[in-house]
Parts: sequence; structure tokens; C-alpha cells
Amino acid sequence: MAVKSDFDQLVDLNRGFISREIFVDADIYREELDKVFTRAWLLVGHESLIPNPGDFYTSRMGEESVILCRDKKSEIHVFLNSCRHRGMKVCRYESGNTSLFTCPYHSWTYTTDGKLQGVPLYRSLYDGVLDRDANSLVSVARLCNYKGSIWATWDKDAPDFITYLGDAKVHLDQALDCRDGREGGSEVIGVHKWVFPANWKFAAENFLGDTYHNPSHRSVDMIGIGPSAAAGKKGRRDDELEKAQHVWISFPEGHGVHSAIQPDANEYVESFLDNPVLEQYFRHCFEERKRRLGEQAKLLPFVGTIFPNTSYHGRQPRGLCAWHPHSPTSTEGWRFFLVDKDAPAEVKDYLRRYYMRYSGPAGMTEQDDMENWLYATAASTGTVARRYPFNYQQSMGAFATDHPLGGEVSTQITEQIARGFYRRWTTYMQGGDWNELLGAPAGNRQAAE
Amino acid sequence: MSAIVQDKEKGAMAPVANSSIERSAAYYRLKADIEDFYYHEADLLDDRRFRDWLDILAEDISYFMPIRRNVKFGQHATRENTRIGEGISWFDEDKWTLTKRVEQILTGVHYAEEPLSRISHMVSNVQIKAVRPNPEQPAEVDVISRFLVYQNRVEYETYTFVGRRNDTLRATQGTTQANWKVAKREILLEQNILLAKNLTMFF
Ligand code: FES
Ligand SMILES: [Fe+2]
Repeated sequence: MAVKSDFDQLVDLNRGFISREIFVDADIYREELDKVFTRAWLLVGHESLIPNPGDFYTSRMGEESVILCRDKKSEIHVFLNSCRHRGMKVCRYESGNTSLFTCPYHSWTYTTDGKLQGVPLYRSLYDGVLDRDANSLVSVARLCNYKGSIWATWDKDAPDFITYLGDAKVHLDQALDCRDGREGGSEVIGVHKWVFPANWKFAAENFLGDTYHNPSHRSVDMIGIGPSAAAGKKGRRDDELEKAQHVWISFPEGHGVHSAIQPDANEYVESFLDNPVLEQYFRHCFEERKRRLGEQAKLLPFVGTIFPNTSYHGRQPRGLCAWHPHSPTSTEGWRFFLVDKDAPAEVKDYLRRYYMRYSGPAGMTEQDDMENWLYATAASTGTVARRYPFNYQQSMGAFATDHPLGGEVSTQITEQIARGFYRRWTTYMQGGDWNELLGAPAGNRQAAE
Repeated sequence: MSAIVQDKEKGAMAPVANSSIERSAAYYRLKADIEDFYYHEADLLDDRRFRDWLDILAEDISYFMPIRRNVKFGQHATRENTRIGEGISWFDEDKWTLTKRVEQILTGVHYAEEPLSRISHMVSNVQIKAVRPNPEQPAEVDVISRFLVYQNRVEYETYTFVGRRNDTLRATQGTTQANWKVAKREILLEQNILLAKNLTMFF
């Protein structure tokens, strides 16, 4: 196990070098599962996946399978998907509706709120004294339904989710809120799940605002696949932010976002030219949002990563991703595709088609991302390769700390967000307390919440 | 095993044929023709003649690969596969997007296919399910088949995709090999979580 000071050497932010070991080493990976994934808030799913009492959806937190479930009283729970008797995976269905989870191994049963109910031969073999409460499904320590998205942590001392989000909240909101500015109101219209041979941090870092990797999407930009592609626009999406001031922000909790601030006039930029219904709908939503949010409507999202492994795409396309670690060099990607629940059917249909051609393993854009993550991982496992750290020296010091959006705000493409992410990753790996994990300097004892 | 027993077993198997279409000479000719067409299609793809492959797709093609889900016994018909025209699948495409995919590969800078993968398509278990209006003058044929697609990428990456295809083929004029078009293709990949980083190939 690495000692505390090792991490300061592995992650050398003053010089802008990060060791490849943290992307490929098996021991560091095991430690990461323990120190990062059992403490941080992780995305589990979305309430629209379990609309009715008894609905469940099996999900993951880190390497572990969990059950996201709505009990009979409509309360949402997240449980470790492993029987308390001998560990059998209690639920191997992807989703469904049930009143009881029956373990296939020896038939212990659990109710939808996780309580152990049935134990075969309870009286004769357990003298009728087995402690059912102590043998109920293991529940997460804290859970939050944030605008429909479900988050959980195994750490009972973790701050509440809103505190954890900090100033990244308004950016995540842009992915979760309705296009016309109403709060929440999104639904998941489908989920991609796939396994790729790369370290999970490549994916997390990609969405932190690594705008610098744009050249790797040249093929799709050349042919044009956006919502105005048939009308002749090149690129993989419409440039709704063509007049905006882009901002890249690193937050002290380790989150990072790439958003944009529209000019004062905040005019609608034509997008979705390929479908007049969409064009009209999004123009309407844009004006509505402006009316509702006023000045704040100038902020539009692009992408972001909520520490450690949840990413979002805020506009075109729109969704939440969870990067579930499988091994140092293998990751299971999940993408939850979002639309406004009350959007017209034609809008939803167009968007789902666009999402499919853009995103994930069958998506023309993201296929090239996966290629990068794989070969960057693979080419970093060698003994010699590991001696040479990755370079994170881009736009060093080029950020402001007094911007109204909070955090460290850059107005140029920057690796400051990645540096901020690994700064916080280091705090987790060094076993920092929650004040430190939220970004307070070590030893500062002010209340976390 | 004696010849008599073998014959008996064969006899017992025979009635569970794949469809009720009469096994006429025209039927066998049609089946051979379709098999030829599939082998030709596999060659086009594996020889990387992607534009030629686009030519054998109907203008109104529907190309669909659902996501397969783990569901309870009894729910397979209703819940196992994502549905065409609804939500998110691996592919739910028309000719426009398929053409875009080809154009992307042909840019030479689609890094997920640059350098190009080595891919082999095997097609088997071809069965004609329906012929409209009849085997003598087939205008539209429903065909099911199995595929095995092997991909080797760069040096060490290999993936095997196995599944079935439910096709509707359309004869444009006559029934010679070049005149079949794929009008509908449903691709059932036998995987739940995709065990591959990408689906850059065509099925
Ligand atoms: S492992 Fe579940 S009942 Fe024994
Ligand atoms: Fe990318």
C-alpha cells in the first residue's frame, strides 16, 4: 500500500506531472476502490427508471452491483446486490417490478425496503432467533434524489449531496433541468452499457473539459452529424455557443466543468435546422428559459465531471454517464440519455436518434474517444513507460479565483480542471477528512455543511 | 449406428422444417440465390468496399440493433429487447446515418477505424420465412440467418460478435445476385452489456 507522501510524488501539481502508475497500477487501483469509491457520492440512476412501487433497476457503485429500488411506500433505496447469507447476487434481472427479492441460492427473501423476511426452516435450523435486522440487505449510508437523478455514498459521514456538489451545482442543473428552465423534469429514455479496456480516469478526465482533444473528432466534424447536418452544417453538433464566452472551471471538491456564458443580448442561435418542429421547439424553450431565469439564462452547459466518475453532456446530446471501474485497465461505461419528460413525441424521437449516432460505442463521435482511452492506457503499462509521467502543464496559473461562478475559472482551454481533479483525488488517497475533501486546506476545521 | 436408425432419425426431424413454403425447385433456387447474396455482402464489407455495400441497401432501409436485457422468465417477448422506434438501442438507423458512417471511415482519420480493423463476416443458418408473392416471382423475402463477425484491431484487440439477423430483402428486377436490396435488418447480438469498446463495423 502506498504511503501518504507517495501520492504527493505521484501527483506533482506544482510541476504539472502525474505518474502513469495511478492509471495502471493494480495496488493503487485497489486502494482507489477503498478510499475514493466508498466515500464519494456516486451516480446510481434516475427515478424515471423506477416510477412505480416495487420497481427496481440493478446498477453499480464502483465495482459493486447495487439494487436501486422503490419500496411499497414509494420510498427509494439503494442496496448492495449480495445476499447476507453466502453472498449470492440477489437480483440478476436488469429491471422489473417485485414485492420480494428471492435469493436463488438458499431462498432467503428480502422485501423491497431491504429487510430480510423469509428464511427457510427458520425455526428448526435457526431456533427462530436469527436477527433479521442485522441480516437485511446492506444499504448505502446516504442517498439523494437530486432533480430525479439518484446518488448515493457508502460513507455515513459524507456531507449532504448539495454541499458535495458545491458551486458545480448550477452546471449539473443545466443537464437535469427542462430546456425551458423549469427545474428537473427530465426522464431517462435509454441506457448504454459497455466495457472498454481503459482506466476509468481517462473517461472522467475527458468530460472534465478536455476541449484540447477536439482534433481526435476530426472525422465526424468533417462529415457532419449534428442536428443541422442535412442542412449543410459540418461538425458533430450545432454551435449554439458560437458567440459565448467559454469557461473552464475547477471546483475545490474535485469537480470540473466546461460551460459558456452567452453575450448580454443572449440571442437564440439556430440549431436543429434539419427538423422544423425541433427548431421551433428549441427556439421556444430558449426564449422561455430566458424569461424565467433572466440574467442566469446566459449560462449554458457543455460538459462536466462530478468527482469522481459521473460525467454529463448538457446540451447536444444530453445525458449522464457513470464510469464504473472494473480493473486498472478496464471500465464499464453507462450512459443515461435524458430528455424533458413533457417534450413532444417528435422531439424525443429526433433526439434519441441523434444521441445514438453521437454517443457511446456505436456513436460516431465517441468511438474515437474510446480509441484514445484504450491506447493511452495500453501504452502506459510498460516498465519504462511508467517512469515517464503524463504532462499536465497546459495553461498553468491562467485562471481567476474571484469569478462569480466560483472555483478556478479559466477563459482559455486548460488542464487546470484536470489538476484540480487529481489534487482532490490525492486528498482522498491520503485519507483526508471531509473538510479537506471539500477543498478546505488540511487542518482547517470549519464545518463541512 | 445403423443406416436404418439414421434414416429414422432424419425422418423424425424432417417435419420441423423452418417454414411452410413448399420445397419446390424454385424455392431451392431462391435460397441458393439469397445465400450467394449474403456471401457477396460479406465480401463487400470484409474487402472494405463500403460504398458498394451501401448500394445494396434499399433507400428506405431500416437497420436496427436492439439492446438485449436480462428479464424474468415469461417476459422475454415483451421486455427482453429494446424496440425499434423507441428509446435507445445500439442502432436504429436509416440510410442517411449508415452513409455517414461509411463517409466517416473513408475520411481516413476516424481513429477508431484507422488503421482499419481486419473483419470477417460469416453467415449461416439461412432460412426463408416468407416469400411475397411466391417463390417463382419473389419480390420480397423474409430471411433469418446467424452471423459471426470477427474483428482484429491494430495488434492485440480481438472481438467476436455472434447473433442473428432478421432481414427483409427486396428484388429490384429479377433475382440475379446484384439485384437484391436489404430493406429491413434487425440484428440481435447475443450480449447484454456490450463486451466491446466499439461497434465500428456493419452487421
Ligand atoms: S446465499 Fe442467499 S440464501 Fe444463501
Ligand atoms: Fe471526445
